[in-house]
Amino acid sequence: MDVVNQLQRQFIDYSASLHREGFLDDQFTQLQKLQDDNSPDFVVEVASLFFEDCEKLINNMARALEQQQGVDFRQVDASVHQLKGSSSSIGAMRVKDVCVAFRSFCEAQNREGCLRCLQQVTHEYSLLKNKLQTLFRQILAAGGSIPVVE
Amino acid sequence: MESCNCIEPQWPPDDLLMKYQYISDFFIALAYFSIPLELIYFVKKSAVFPYRWVLVQFGAFIVLCGATHLINLWTFTVHSRTVASVMTTAKVLTAAVSCITALMLVHIIPDLLSVKTRELFLKNKAAELDREMGLIRTQEETGRHVRMLTHEIRSTLDRHTILKTTLVELGRTLALEECALWMPTRTGLELQLSYTLRQQNPVGYTVPIHHPVINQVFSSNRAVKISPNCPVARLRPAGKYMPGEVVAVRVPLLHLSNFHINDWPELSTKRYALMVLMLPSDSARQWHVHELELVEVVADQVAVALSHAAILEESMRARDLLMEQNVALDLARREAETAIRARNDFLAVMNHEMRTPMHAIIALSSLLQETELTPEQRLMVETILKSSNLLATLINDVLDLSGLEDGSLQLDLGTFNLYAVFREVLNLIKPIASVKKLHVSLTLAPDLPEYAIGDEKRLMQTILNIVGNAVKFSKEGSISITAFVAKLDTLRDSKAPEFLPVLSDNHFYLRVQVKDSGSGINPLDIPKLFTKFAQNQSTGTRNSGGSGLGLAICKRFVNLMEGHIWIESEGLGKGCTAILIVKLGMAERVNESKLPYMPKMPTNHGQTAIAGLKVLVMDENGVSRMVTKGLLLHLGCDVTMVGSSDECLRLVSHEHKVVFMDICVPGIDSYGITIRIHEKFTKRHERPLLVALTGNTDKVKKENCMRAGMDGLILKPVSLDKMRSVLTDLLEHRVFFEAI
Repeated sequence: MDVVNQLQRQFIDYSASLHREGFLDDQFTQLQKLQDDNSPDFVVEVASLFFEDCEKLINNMARALEQQQGVDFRQVDASVHQLKGSSSSIGAMRVKDVCVAFRSFCEAQNREGCLRCLQQVTHEYSLLKNKLQTLFRQILAAGGSIPVVE
Repeated sequence: MESCNCIEPQWPPDDLLMKYQYISDFFIALAYFSIPLELIYFVKKSAVFPYRWVLVQFGAFIVLCGATHLINLWTFTVHSRTVASVMTTAKVLTAAVSCITALMLVHIIPDLLSVKTRELFLKNKAAELDREMGLIRTQEETGRHVRMLTHEIRSTLDRHTILKTTLVELGRTLALEECALWMPTRTGLELQLSYTLRQQNPVGYTVPIHHPVINQVFSSNRAVKISPNCPVARLRPAGKYMPGEVVAVRVPLLHLSNFHINDWPELSTKRYALMVLMLPSDSARQWHVHELELVEVVADQVAVALSHAAILEESMRARDLLMEQNVALDLARREAETAIRARNDFLAVMNHEMRTPMHAIIALSSLLQETELTPEQRLMVETILKSSNLLATLINDVLDLSGLEDGSLQLDLGTFNLYAVFREVLNLIKPIASVKKLHVSLTLAPDLPEYAIGDEKRLMQTILNIVGNAVKFSKEGSISITAFVAKLDTLRDSKAPEFLPVLSDNHFYLRVQVKDSGSGINPLDIPKLFTKFAQNQSTGTRNSGGSGLGLAICKRFVNLMEGHIWIESEGLGKGCTAILIVKLGMAERVNESKLPYMPKMPTNHGQTAIAGLKVLVMDENGVSRMVTKGLLLHLGCDVTMVGSSDECLRLVSHEHKVVFMDICVPGIDSYGITIRIHEKFTKRHERPLLVALTGNTDKVKKENCMRAGMDGLILKPVSLDKMRSVLTDLLEHRVFFEAI
């Protein structure tokens, strides 16, 4: 029992630190609340879906921005919009913030700015992915059931 | 003899040459001693001299040279060795110092020379700065003048004052001899001298506008120098003077019509005035650039000030016109009111006064009929009765119509049995029809509601009138009456283009068609049918017995009921169809007639209402779709997910109670879907509630949602508690718009 308590505490601390650093916000807490016996892996499923989505979108955007002649900013904007929606649904605050800046560059049709933002987004996304994977490992180590962070 | 340690001079001292040398040496020594003194004196006087130590060196050099020459005086005669050694010391020192000084001068002299060049450079710079200062000052001065002029010009809104002030001020500022303004005439072909500075009464002197000089001035917006012999410049008595230079500038005259909304006036207006300015003669003054600029600026300002004055005049005129019209309208209105009041009084009186004798006649004639009469007398009484009935009807109709006309008639709404109305009409018409051997059939559609809300009496009156007409104008054949509920597409008939029905939940449109196989109507006469007192002249020979008011009254009633009535006929002898559409309210069962239909939804509080609720969620974004689904599943709803609008329309059914739509995706036309869902479910209780989900906090979007027909709007992100309370609210009130 002690081990479990310790692991649970570790998890809580790590989760709190993620919140503090701004990787996650309240939406993620809400998601955790939705997990129950009917859908025990809800959070993990949503996160995996988010990662898949992210990668697809980032690839799309990279391909669109690589075009030498005439970047289709509308397409990029649509992808950023999707990404913004996904990240705000899951509570990925930093990714969402980058998306907001990204959108303004898209509107201004600034290719340099877009490329910079794309780099930033990729960076934030990989950071988040690492952190979440660490978090999930801890969840599994804590016995597979997540204590809800009140 | 003692040997003296003396040195003999080389030459005898009395030699002339020696004497001269002696004197020169003396003077040299004197000069050499006075030069440093002078130098010291003058350097002390001047404050700045950076080379003091050079001075010292120089002084030493000169002093020593002087000393040398002074001591040389003694060597002309026999002198002792001491004198010689002093002389030698002095010479050695002098040599040393002079060599040092010579070396130093190599450094000093270039410096001193460069001082001179620097001085020259600074002098040039100072001269340049002076010039620029002069320029700036003139510009400032010009600016001040312009400001002052503008102030003067713009301080008034009266056209003449503006122009006069311009000329006066310009004349004063620039010290002009003459200043004149030429305005284009009405025809636009000539320029007329309108204002001058000196001559008080300009003589209406005109000049044709198509002069090369004038064209030149008009084509550029700068002030142009023109020749004093030009017709516009010949304003002074010519003569002995050398005329001064003349400048002309154009003044654009902007019209009210130039100021379109969203359109700035283009300055390619054809109307310009010409301002001519003349410098005093014999003054040899020239027009300077800053003066020309001043003139151009003033010309522009004048144009603006004039246009303001024009606009003001225009608006004053419009206002006066409006006031007059107002007064006239007021008067007319009061007269009309008086007329109406008079008529109403008349009607009120005649209403009573006319009906009373009428009733007396009818009543007594019918009583008379009951008594014993001879056949002749019976015939007479019957005629009296028939005529008085006709007269009574006519009086009623006239009074009714006037009541309808001034809008004082209001419908008597109430719940009534629709089927009963038709049956009554049928009963009333059957006797007459059977006398004429006409067959009357009544068909009521099965979806016709039994009860309705409306004015029963007048509806019956209208239907009776139409049916009565059908019977009246048919000699044989059959009459069919059909009644059904009108659908949207049948409502918009091409025969009734002005009729724009509005569907709403509590009302339905009743359509009654009365088809007869009678004498028909000439299509050309159809428009006249509904006008008062207009009879069909072609059938005038028949004893129609109509007053021509019936259909007009029907039309009035039908209009009050927000409906439409018209007659179609293919021609004489081909029968005709009268079609009537009126709007009636839907009634619940007999006792709850006034209330609109309420859906039978239990208003449970709390989660019991939400559990098991069938919900449809439409969201293109996979992640947020999953999140919303998770939320709703957690609350116990039965969730169906769709990812596109087509799927949504396909899958939505009346089992779904709520539909959540994410509207912030640019590809989805959520308003279109809303409208299509509204069309799919016409009955209100079948339609699911439409709720928009958006991350956008935009008031405009919210209003658009409300207008498109959505029942709710929620802002993302949605927490669990929020979703729970929203659903509860939604099910209870059937509407939920989050405050933005």
